[in-house]
Amino acid sequence: MVALWGGGGGGHGRPSNDPFVCRNNSPASSVTVSNDGAHAGPVAGFHTHGTSDLSRIRIYYHDPKEVKDRDGSGPVSVGLRSIHSERTRSCVDSERKSRDREGGNRGERTEEAMIGVGKMKQYTNVLDKPLSRGRQEVSLSAFAFLFSELVQYNQTQVDNIAELERRLEDAGYAVGARVLELLCHREKGNRRETRLLGILSFVHSTVWKVLFGKVADSLEKGTEHEDEYMISEKELLVNRFISVPKDMGAFNCGAFVAGIVKGVLDGAGFPAVVTAHFVPVDGQQRPRTTILIKFAEEVLRRESRLG
Amino acid sequence: MAPLAPKTGDAVFASVDRVNAELFTLTYGAMVRQLLTDLEEVDEVNKQLDQMGYNIGVRLIDEFLAKSNVSRCVDFKETADVIAKVGFKMFLGVTASVTSWDAEGTSFSLVLEDNPLVDFVELPDTCQGLHYCNILSGVLRGALEMVSMKTEVTWVRDMLHGDDAYELRVKLLKQVPEEYPYKDDE
Repeated sequence: MVALWGGGGGGHGRPSNDPFVCRNNSPASSVTVSNDGAHAGPVAGFHTHGTSDLSRIRIYYHDPKEVKDRDGSGPVSVGLRSIHSERTRSCVDSERKSRDREGGNRGERTEEAMIGVGKMKQYTNVLDKPLSRGRQEVSLSAFAFLFSELVQYNQTQVDNIAELERRLEDAGYAVGARVLELLCHREKGNRRETRLLGILSFVHSTVWKVLFGKVADSLEKGTEHEDEYMISEKELLVNRFISVPKDMGAFNCGAFVAGIVKGVLDGAGFPAVVTAHFVPVDGQQRPRTTILIKFAEEVLRRESRLG
Repeated sequence: MAPLAPKTGDAVFASVDRVNAELFTLTYGAMVRQLLTDLEEVDEVNKQLDQMGYNIGVRLIDEFLAKSNVSRCVDFKETADVIAKVGFKMFLGVTASVTSWDAEGTSFSLVLEDNPLVDFVELPDTCQGLHYCNILSGVLRGALEMVSMKTEVTWVRDMLHGDDAYELRVKLLKQVPEEYPYKDDE
């Protein structure tokens, strides 16, 4: 049984951009602890992820007793308590239902059971499944097809390029938040980086390696501003099959990757503005993509305090 | 030039560029979540996913034919096998099994035990009507339509709804005869 919890500064100040939190009325939307103040600082060894949408990444306690013990322990206890009780109820509910199912009508499937809301619900909990090793692969074209549909769909939803980039970034953000959680758990033994350079190299090496099969081409510090860092990639995976029409100006599908980076950084307690840019390279036909990371002031303040 | 021998699914999958399945899974998840936010109705999301799948299928069949060297199938049975053993393997890295043929040989079930789309996924109460993998049915429909087969693809079993496997029912509606000569050849 794997229990994940988002206490201790887990919530961060971006719930309104997150699809699930803003649209459903789950108790998770009441958790809006912004990532500043004392508890927001990363605490080494204590595994606290920023889970932007607590309703999706299941907060799940298997044992209701355990819930009682932990209740009210975190700094976001008010929000979490309501989630606890909600989850306990629904997990007890589903256990009862699965017992019922074992008891008699196993295998019987009705149309209502598939479609109706709140009817007989038959799920096995996703956290009970063993975590995959992350070795599975799909073909690059499968991903390229999917990504192209993602871009095309979002294009129908917007009026301008900035909006399109924002939407792609949002999609990436959702990926980043999950990647952080997954990788901290699987690759880092439930620890995550707490220092600026640590988290940057985590993004540049670990995250890149897992998602794109290689470490990023370079990680640099901006020369003009103290708070800017750049991750550059000669040929970003998502841009491999993309050619941007002339009338779309500087639009870069790397916004999706920028969103992933933002999701990882935000979740780890390093809020930043992340953008993707094409940078022409001498002697190369195609420009490289640079992901520009501009950290929030509080991050740099904290970093200098830590020395 | 003699036609090249058709490749097995494993051989094709080994020869194409690949990407981590988790990136694929999470990207798909992010897309579904965007759709849910934008469209609000679960049925609309199902429809949109099917449409996206269709768009993919229409383009994907080209790549499939080019890379697998599979030529014209003699009957629908062979088509089913090729989809399950080569098509799924080549793109998603998993194989499906073909079962439950009906008496006329016009509809069959594709059973997937492994499905890279659904790692980390659990449907919340509000989305119980969602066919999370509806994009797959669209892909099949689109791809088959491009090789002159009108089909209807529906979900029969879905592990996210508590079933023990993923089962897609593919029903051949009609075979559209190819017309020669094409207009633009005149």
